[in-house]
Amino acid sequence: MRPEALRRRDLLASSAMALVLAACAGPASLPPPAAEAAPFFTAEEAATIAAAVDRLIPPDAATPGGREAGCADFIDRQLAGPYGRSADLYMRPPFAEGIPQQGPQSPLTPARRYRQALAALATYCRNAYAGQEFAQLPPAEQDRILRGLEAGSLHLPGANGHAFFELLLANTMEGFFADPIYGGNRDMAGWRMVGFPGTRYDYRDYVALHNQPYPLPPVGLAGRPAWHQPA
Amino acid sequence: MRGIVALLLLALLGGGARADEVTRGRYLATVGDCIACHTAPGGAPFAGGRPIATPFGTLRSANITPDRASGIGGWSDAAFDRALRAGIAPGGKYLYPACPFPYFTRARGEDIAAIHAYLRSLAPVGNPVQTDALPFPFDIRALMRGWDAAFFRPGVWHDDPAQDAAWNRGGYLVEGLGHCGACHTAKNAFGADETRRALQGGLLQGWWAPGLTPAPRTGLAGWSIDGLVAYLRTGSGGGQLASGPMAEVVERSTSHLSDTDLRAMAVYLLARPARTEVAVRPAPTPLAGEAIYLDRCAACHGRAGEGTAGLFPALRGSAVVQAPRPQTLIRVVLEGGRAAATDAAPTGAAMPGFASLLDNDEIAAVLAYIRNSWGNASAPPRPAQVERMRGSPG
Amino acid sequence: MTRRLAPTDAVIIGFGWTGMIMAEALTAAGLRVVAIERGPMRDTAQSFPPATAPDELRYAIRGDMLLPTAEETITFRNHLDQHALPVRKWGSFLPGSGVGGSGVHWNGHTWRLRPEDFALRSATIARYGRHFIPPDMTIQDWPVSYAELEPFYDGFEYLCGTSGQAGNLRGAIQPGGNPFEGPRARGYPTPPLTMPYGPTLFAEAAAGMGYHPFPLPTGNLSQPYTNPHGVVLGQCSYCGFCERFGCGNYAKASPQTTLLPVLTRRPALSLRTGCEVLRIVTDSTGKRATGVVYVDDKGEEWEQPAELVLLCAFMLDNVRLLLLSGIGAPYEPRAGTGVVGRNYAYQTVSAVQLFFEDKIFNPFIGAGGLGMVVDDFNGDSFDHGPAGFIGGAWLTQLASNGRPILARPTPPGTPRWGAAWKAATAHYYNRSLGLVASGSSSSHRGAFLDLDPGYTDRHGRPLMRMTFDFHPNDLRMSEYVTDRLAGIGRAMGPSRMAVFKRHAPYDIRPYQTTHVVGGAAMGAHPETSVVNRYLQSWDVSNLFVLGGSAFPQNSSYNPTGTIGALALWAASAITGHYLRAPGPLA
Repeated sequence: MRPEALRRRDLLASSAMALVLAACAGPASLPPPAAEAAPFFTAEEAATIAAAVDRLIPPDAATPGGREAGCADFIDRQLAGPYGRSADLYMRPPFAEGIPQQGPQSPLTPARRYRQALAALATYCRNAYAGQEFAQLPPAEQDRILRGLEAGSLHLPGANGHAFFELLLANTMEGFFADPIYGGNRDMAGWRMVGFPGTRYDYRDYVALHNQPYPLPPVGLAGRPAWHQPA
Repeated sequence: MRGIVALLLLALLGGGARADEVTRGRYLATVGDCIACHTAPGGAPFAGGRPIATPFGTLRSANITPDRASGIGGWSDAAFDRALRAGIAPGGKYLYPACPFPYFTRARGEDIAAIHAYLRSLAPVGNPVQTDALPFPFDIRALMRGWDAAFFRPGVWHDDPAQDAAWNRGGYLVEGLGHCGACHTAKNAFGADETRRALQGGLLQGWWAPGLTPAPRTGLAGWSIDGLVAYLRTGSGGGQLASGPMAEVVERSTSHLSDTDLRAMAVYLLARPARTEVAVRPAPTPLAGEAIYLDRCAACHGRAGEGTAGLFPALRGSAVVQAPRPQTLIRVVLEGGRAAATDAAPTGAAMPGFASLLDNDEIAAVLAYIRNSWGNASAPPRPAQVERMRGSPG
Repeated sequence: MTRRLAPTDAVIIGFGWTGMIMAEALTAAGLRVVAIERGPMRDTAQSFPPATAPDELRYAIRGDMLLPTAEETITFRNHLDQHALPVRKWGSFLPGSGVGGSGVHWNGHTWRLRPEDFALRSATIARYGRHFIPPDMTIQDWPVSYAELEPFYDGFEYLCGTSGQAGNLRGAIQPGGNPFEGPRARGYPTPPLTMPYGPTLFAEAAAGMGYHPFPLPTGNLSQPYTNPHGVVLGQCSYCGFCERFGCGNYAKASPQTTLLPVLTRRPALSLRTGCEVLRIVTDSTGKRATGVVYVDDKGEEWEQPAELVLLCAFMLDNVRLLLLSGIGAPYEPRAGTGVVGRNYAYQTVSAVQLFFEDKIFNPFIGAGGLGMVVDDFNGDSFDHGPAGFIGGAWLTQLASNGRPILARPTPPGTPRWGAAWKAATAHYYNRSLGLVASGSSSSHRGAFLDLDPGYTDRHGRPLMRMTFDFHPNDLRMSEYVTDRLAGIGRAMGPSRMAVFKRHAPYDIRPYQTTHVVGGAAMGAHPETSVVNRYLQSWDVSNLFVLGGSAFPQNSSYNPTGTIGALALWAASAITGHYLRAPGPLA
């Protein structure tokens, strides 16, 4: 997640380089490009994730669920990028288990954890539900499996189901509430649900208005519909 | 510091020029901002070679250090004077008006001599520069003879006895060595000043230099003498910040001038007749433009375009914002810009480029909004104008 | 192969708050200075303008401003008999990286310690007796007094433009300020921020209980400000993207917005970014630093000789570089000998979450230091005798942000997902307030830093190993102040309330505070400290170690104000005395 453009690789150690800032500020550093061209999930994996995120954040009359909000696409892009590779993390061995308060110690990157756990979940579902996929199960059964993973009571063959659930839940919430440029929070659905105005950067006119609703709609890094309304 | 070095050099070389003349020349060279054009990026000061884009092609500035082979070490005082005030270098070589001799002609002979004394006090730098780099037919310098006949009005500045000393000093600097009109006066098809529209604003190298007459929308009507002096001395004044080419002028030239001279320039500029502005009614502001402004611009420039002194320029009442041509505005939005940084006002705040953050329609809409809000009035830019500015400023 | 560069007068390791303060002072004194910074250049308009800064995923979750653990991390354990494991993902605290350091992504809280904090050990003994200090505690007096530091606190606040309300002007208690603070020579440079609803409710409830609420002093500025260097800062726009983010509109005091513009104009300063110092080099006596060895971002090694070495990195790196360079005796916890790594301390943070049905708070309207504070249960404001602990906390309702990936509280018992979670989140996002108690942390024998025997960084050097758990004293303190915090919370009239007390063991995962301190403590005696009262190494007199590493224990307050004041204090001693007669200053 560290744009290379920010690095000043041209700095020769031997040069007596004074601090020079360009006269022209130049472009703003952009968020890391979304890995749209290279989907991470297979079709079957994608179907499972889409079904799961829609149980974690189910649709209701007021707001869309995780599926319609793009949470699965969000996770797909994240796993295809540096986050999926744990690119910025300390990944040197040895990987010992430790005690919980020492933090995560797994050698698995997020991408590998998803791949491993989704394969194990597919196997589990085929065995337990007469060859059916997770996505084909009724919502109540999907919830039962998710609750089992959350509680650690449902064991996946060859994968840590609890750790997978925690990762999936965290990534789903990220997808629901992160800026729409990352593929989730489609139409700012997550932000609209809670009333978060997004990337607005100036509330000076509102800070002293106590206990009053904030009137303006959310805006994302790529704007909002009002940016394109006709004059 | 540079002065001390210059004086030491002078002593070592045993040159004939008096030290005070060198000091005076150094100051006057700063008024003329010779160093700006005659120094290549990263190059030795005054050794030339800086590319200067003109509508006729790109020139390279001359080496004006006293190197005999590649600089002006062989020039006499008279030759130097003729070059600066008549536009003719030794050997009868006609100068292009990129070197503002049509302004320098108004400088007094003793001032030109002092500048020469200062330049001679510098260390010679061997740096041959190919200064004839224009494409045919502009590479034929003799063509400049006709240009001179048509457009060049030689002659030293004459004080106006009806005006006070400050006005006259200001006029001498503004119209002479300061060569403000080189940017701030519109040019005709031959690159010569449109003298009837002197200091009413001009477009140069893709930058709109705003009008310097006290016109309400497109000039200095809202400015005080103090505000203008602060702007020239620090880069920040009157709610505005120098950026783009003017940042360089402030950093290299005006921030080093005396208060008396800056005040004189302000007195002169604010006393000149205002440009007659065509009445412009504010154009309707697009809702999209207002939305974008609120979401992306207001956090710095303020909900009412008021800006923050010394940090973010005011957009309300700004001559740059209401320029007849929106090129500078479009350019700043696309590329961003950094304010002048001086010892007195070192902040040098910057704006990011929005080229990859806003599309042509969005930039046109937000500029239409700021050009027609809070009392501003000027024509809304078209998306096609934004597209033309992408990747090809100017 | 290490190539040797031309000598310079001073080399600065790390270009954040303390590095830039030193660079400013030393170049002003005429020295040629080389600053070496491991991370990238960061410039407001290019790196975090308003158009791209408000990105919770990028900055708050993925940590784009932070030191990547791939570059450097620590290993961690609670106790001496455990096997430490690497922190692979930052959680409990968040070290920064790059020009400006953690001063880019901080919240802005700009506190002074109280006068009694500087004499913690002797004042405790004087009031409560020697037995009151548990035997394993290594708390000690600071070797500098509040009165001595006051002009430098003032200097740092006026550098930053800190917004706040004075509580004690030259001994006269001021209405609306903190009546318990030490006397200050003048008021804050800018008035307090405008308070939103949450802090206002908190202050009303606290005042009704007889406490003394006041606005948190902060570097998010209430109005534009020009500092003594002529650098202009803007007005905070309450955007709610402060901690973990750079400020896009120049409204948060940071090394970038206060000093960098001045330093760019100092030709005597040379900055090398993307360069990591591997060790401080000493001569054959070990008593004199001759410079530093660093590796650039192409992997090439360079030696930069210098007359003076300023260690200005994050406190963990300061301690680690001392250990890696063999400067000072490493702390041996079993024997209780040695000093480098001794007196590591943290802070003891607890919280109360309130839920309302009839009020909305617009939590996204926020700033890093936007809050009202009660300081009645801190320092020596109350009798610790019956309470049975040393230390205290400041209590606050901080309107810092409503960024929804992290800030979406639901009442206790709400599921973490599904329809019930969704309904509760939609309802309570705008109807909840968090109260925080920021408590002190005692240094003790079981809390220390040393080099890990196994794990190494990308250059093959040992990682720092942290051994830490909360001292029972600090947990008793936290229990006490959290009860007081909950009392204020109840008085605010919520429909539901959740109390989050701090418990052992210390957990490296959830964020608590980045105020890690100590390990290169300042003190009056070389047997119990690494640096003297001027932050000068006892062992190597041309080496100064700046920053939070100098704290002998931690107060409840955010450390940046004191770190800045100490840097100005040390800079004054260096330019005023050391440069004239190099040698030990104490």
